[in-house]
Amino acid sequence: MTTSTIHDIGYRHYDGRRLGRAYMVRSLYAHNLRAAFGLGRPARAKVMPFLLCAVMLLPAAASVAILGFTKQPDALIRYSSYALIMQVVVAIFMATQAPVIASRELRFHVVPLYFSRPVGHLDFVLAKFGAFATALFAMLAVPVTLLYVGALVTRPDKMTPIVDEIGGGPDGPAKADSLFDHTLHYLGGLAGCVLFALVLASIGLVIAAFTTRRGLGVAAVIAAYMLSSTIVVIIQGIAEAEANNFTVSGWAGLFSPFNLVDIVQVRLLGAQLSAPAAPSGVTGGLVALAVCCGLVAGSIAVLYRRFRKAGLS
Amino acid sequence: MPIIATQGLTMRFPRVTALDDLTVSVEPGVVGLVGANGAGKSTLIRILLGLQPPSAGQATVLGLDIAREGVHIRERVGFMPEYDCLPPDVSATEFVVHMARMCGLPSTAARERAADILRHVGLYEERYRPIGGYSTGMKQRVKLAQALVHDPQLVFLDEPTNGLDPAGREEMLELIRRIGAEFGISVLVTSHLLGELERVCDHVVIIDGGTLLRSQAVEAYTAASGLLTVEVEEGRDQLGQRLYDQGVAVHPEGRFLVVDIAGEETYDLIRDGVAELGLRLIRLEQRRHHIEEVFVAPQEIQMPSDAPLAGPPAPDAPRSEAPQPGPQGAPR
Repeated sequence: MTTSTIHDIGYRHYDGRRLGRAYMVRSLYAHNLRAAFGLGRPARAKVMPFLLCAVMLLPAAASVAILGFTKQPDALIRYSSYALIMQVVVAIFMATQAPVIASRELRFHVVPLYFSRPVGHLDFVLAKFGAFATALFAMLAVPVTLLYVGALVTRPDKMTPIVDEIGGGPDGPAKADSLFDHTLHYLGGLAGCVLFALVLASIGLVIAAFTTRRGLGVAAVIAAYMLSSTIVVIIQGIAEAEANNFTVSGWAGLFSPFNLVDIVQVRLLGAQLSAPAAPSGVTGGLVALAVCCGLVAGSIAVLYRRFRKAGLS
Repeated sequence: MPIIATQGLTMRFPRVTALDDLTVSVEPGVVGLVGANGAGKSTLIRILLGLQPPSAGQATVLGLDIAREGVHIRERVGFMPEYDCLPPDVSATEFVVHMARMCGLPSTAARERAADILRHVGLYEERYRPIGGYSTGMKQRVKLAQALVHDPQLVFLDEPTNGLDPAGREEMLELIRRIGAEFGISVLVTSHLLGELERVCDHVVIIDGGTLLRSQAVEAYTAASGLLTVEVEEGRDQLGQRLYDQGVAVHPEGRFLVVDIAGEETYDLIRDGVAELGLRLIRLEQRRHHIEEVFVAPQEIQMPSDAPLAGPPAPDAPRSEAPQPGPQGAPR
């Protein structure tokens, strides 16, 4: 017998503090955020998220390096288009990590353990949703921030006179911004990242919550992304090429998640169009924003019902 | 104050009635809840946790109303489900700490409590390994630990011995006994095996088809039955014949003789009979009732004719709709 018997001092009651709802929501949020990056789980769970994060950073780093060499402001990737350029990587992250958040605890029947404790159903869902949206936001915002910092370090605003000499109108490619405009663009880009994160989290979590079998969730989320974007691009192509109908093409963009958010970026946040098409005017932007809000609210409502039911099994 | 009190508790699902006008009240201690599979045990626990509103009736847990004070009940109780509920890719420590936080314990306290309780349930070095590699017995211990980590006043243990081998079953029963006796935590433990509850419980509630069959202290179930069991090495029939001739009510049962105790003189008659026949007496003991008898007997009465049940809390008529579970859940 080892030391364990010596230290056996019998059962002790706990009469310390018991914290309230805010603490539990915060802990749950932190737990899920860690889970999204595989922290607290074996090493192989960390491979995919960290690999994808590294891949996300590469183009930003390269872009900053090229900017540093060439001093050409248009060498820098536009903040608002970074998510669209990298959308396949973002979609893979969404597909592999949404099941970790949404379906892992359903699959192993852990959910009833939460609801037999003083954890509320809505708190539970909001913590999960918030954690996954935060993970996606970090994935998108860190490279965008890297671009911004890189641009500040290489001081493109100093290049303005040269650039103006070369000449480029307001839409011209070689126009460098003032520091103020530049920062505004950056903040607009971050706002776009928030919206991307919320919309993608909504879609990813709902699909994953209904496909609890291992692997199936990943496939379902990636399929939803591929199908929506492919079908929308095909419709847009047909509309523009065959019927020369840019209205249909623009509105069709609402049905692909990345195109949807880009519509808001273009029409409401003053970004340049990166997606294939967008409906014209502020109306188009407002409609797209409304669709985004609807997606988020609908997703939370569906997740609420799903987890509430699972808590009773 | 009773830890659990229900008043006309009824739970109807579209196709089955899980609980039917259940009125029962139990005092602190280790309480067994017995019934065949589908008798409504798990449904009762869900209702008592305030997770599912009953179709009718009311209940209190630790003096708190299930309909209005569900959150406060859930702060004070622990729950160990019947099914597997552990994620395989985290360690027991990590999991139990997380579950402690979900009860509002600050991080440091959560870690201390988790380490303590895992030691109490008998998990040592293995608690740092992922749960996926654990044996069934170890998993049951982790499930028990997460139910106890926040130091509840009452724990619901749903079929804690399910799937365990005889040795593991013994250890789990011993743990349950310690939770009640040493930890001072009241326990509601369900099982479909009556014999094992007889040993750890102070009080046993038996439900069948959602109705109360009986609720009383264990001693009442196992009271002396007024019968003696006599075992002799050889010559069982000689002794039986002799006792019968002397006017004692006796019948053979296996290798034993079962004798009705008419009074002090019955013992003398057996002693003299054994001595005069020159037999070797192996056993002479008062036969006690087993809890199983309570459960089996009414079934036997009821199966052939729909006669009213014997025994005090006779369940009412509407038990006919669900198919009778039969005595299959009972003895082991």
